[in-house]
Amino acid sequence: MERNISSRPPENAPKAARESNFAVNLNRRYMMDRIFKAAAWGATIISVIILSWLLLTILMDGLGTLNWNFITSFPSRKAERAGIIAALAGTVWLMGLVALFAFPIGVGAGIYLEEFAEDNWFTQFVEINIGNLAGVPSIIYGLLGLAVFVRIMEPITGGRSVLSGSLTISLLILPIVIVATREALRAIPDSLRLAGYALGATRWQVVRSHVLPAALPGILTGMILALSRAIGETASLIAVGAAVFISFLPEGLNSQFTAMPIQIYNWISRPQDEFHYIAASGIIVLMAALLVMNGLAIYLRNRFQQEKL
Amino acid sequence: MTADVTGDIAPGSWNPKRDRAKMVQIIVKIIFGAFAAISIFTTIGILGTLIFETIAFFQEVSIIRFLTETRWTPLFASKQFGIFVLISATVMIAVISVLVALPLGLLSAVCLSEYATPRVRKILKPILEILAGVPTVVYGYFALLTVTPFLQTFLPNLQGFNALSAGLVLGVMITPLVASLSEDALYSVPRSLKDGAYALGATKRETVVSVILPAAVSGIVSSLILAISRAVGETMIVTLAAGANPTLGFNPFVPVMTMTAFIVQITAGDAPHGTTAYKTLFAVGMTLFLMTFALNIFSFWFVRRFREKYD
Repeated sequence: MERNISSRPPENAPKAARESNFAVNLNRRYMMDRIFKAAAWGATIISVIILSWLLLTILMDGLGTLNWNFITSFPSRKAERAGIIAALAGTVWLMGLVALFAFPIGVGAGIYLEEFAEDNWFTQFVEINIGNLAGVPSIIYGLLGLAVFVRIMEPITGGRSVLSGSLTISLLILPIVIVATREALRAIPDSLRLAGYALGATRWQVVRSHVLPAALPGILTGMILALSRAIGETASLIAVGAAVFISFLPEGLNSQFTAMPIQIYNWISRPQDEFHYIAASGIIVLMAALLVMNGLAIYLRNRFQQEKL
Repeated sequence: MTADVTGDIAPGSWNPKRDRAKMVQIIVKIIFGAFAAISIFTTIGILGTLIFETIAFFQEVSIIRFLTETRWTPLFASKQFGIFVLISATVMIAVISVLVALPLGLLSAVCLSEYATPRVRKILKPILEILAGVPTVVYGYFALLTVTPFLQTFLPNLQGFNALSAGLVLGVMITPLVASLSEDALYSVPRSLKDGAYALGATKRETVVSVILPAAVSGIVSSLILAISRAVGETMIVTLAAGANPTLGFNPFVPVMTMTAFIVQITAGDAPHGTTAYKTLFAVGMTLFLMTFALNIFSFWFVRRFREKYD
């Protein structure tokens, strides 16, 4: 309607069209504006309300059964004696191994693509690949882990082991780490690199002693965010066969394991209400870990932004 | 530089060892290049395992049975493999989630980019980010144990496991994705277009609806397609809340089984390698992969094809 305002209607146009086209009708238009504004705010506030609803439900369900016993006990067939220690230890193992694999590989690949790679078919192919891998559902990574790490590489990984699980999750978060590394490197001004080259340093010397230290806070932030994606990862771990009832802590790389989201999933899917409460307690522990990690990431990001010239 | 400068510096410092530095650089470049190539091997690994086992599956079960049978009972004595039973559930839940995420996400994006003051924006954006960062198993808990009982107070014939609450909660999960990508698209519309609309006397809503949204449509649509792809591949919410009962059709009130829920059901039990169940896993995985891959490619293509360029 508004588009016609600029053009004069021809003399023989119907009277009604002429009048409605030129009627400013401000009251109605302002009214529509208010409705639209209310809808926009409403949509945003709904998201906030749902988040509060979700968090409140979990706190109300889970705080009652969250105590030191719950943290330090092994799973049990009786809800009141069940605890999360095996899952907690499994998650710590997983996160440690994932950081160990994904950090050097992801950062190395990021440095290669951003600092070393020429613009040739290999680079383009890798970039398209990373973009596509970021969109692959995590359960598909789980199937990859099941076929490759659990079955084909069984002599090395020990089958359904903590090593297989962490390798699978490492592949899953690798695209995130690579993209974060590249963004952090891109934020470093070129003057730093040019100054290094002017002094006769090689590309790698400049990267190692100047660009990388300057980009490190940004890279670490990305790494922590990737790990906070990994800590809640459930589907792919189920596929590589994380066990649900484990009454020992992982003893080595080839040990069977469980993880917090798996344990929570198992408790939710039982019919008894008592298990649902301890599932909520487990969720509180998981979300607390997430909160700490995200807090750390925000702290690093803020420090980084202050130091940036 | 005169000789007395070197006095307190080790003698080797002026000898840059260029050959060694170059060697190190070559070695580093090869290692890091190999790291970058891991992404290619991952893709090859995914495609390889899926294709290999899917071919093995189709040697046992004909592709015609896979596409035309109307029941999904791979674990029963009388096996049927109608993949559309699982696809219908997946599509139904994805559609419900998009019906939630499109209005919520798009309006939130408009609110953040056009209405919110910078201070409010600084509070709202992290909240949306938290919503995006909640683990899916937590959303599963919420859908099964909070949303379903809540909906049952209005809809008495809603069953304990159903596609409706799974789809609604899934919609909430993908809302931040739609919101943040759409906001980027709205943000990149040049100011001059907006100012032009205001100068013609358009109100804020008219400017947003008839100038900014059409100008940003490529980014918005691609964010939506990415969100659909995420919804199709999402696993834990649908496994926990939608149940494990393969039914053909689009009734959101009854338990259904999505492709991802089937994969979880089989892998959570022990599927020995070589059995039909094990191969079925990969045939379903292949179908899922092809669907999400097609959506992702379409999303990239759409941005490239329909992006408005302003210079």
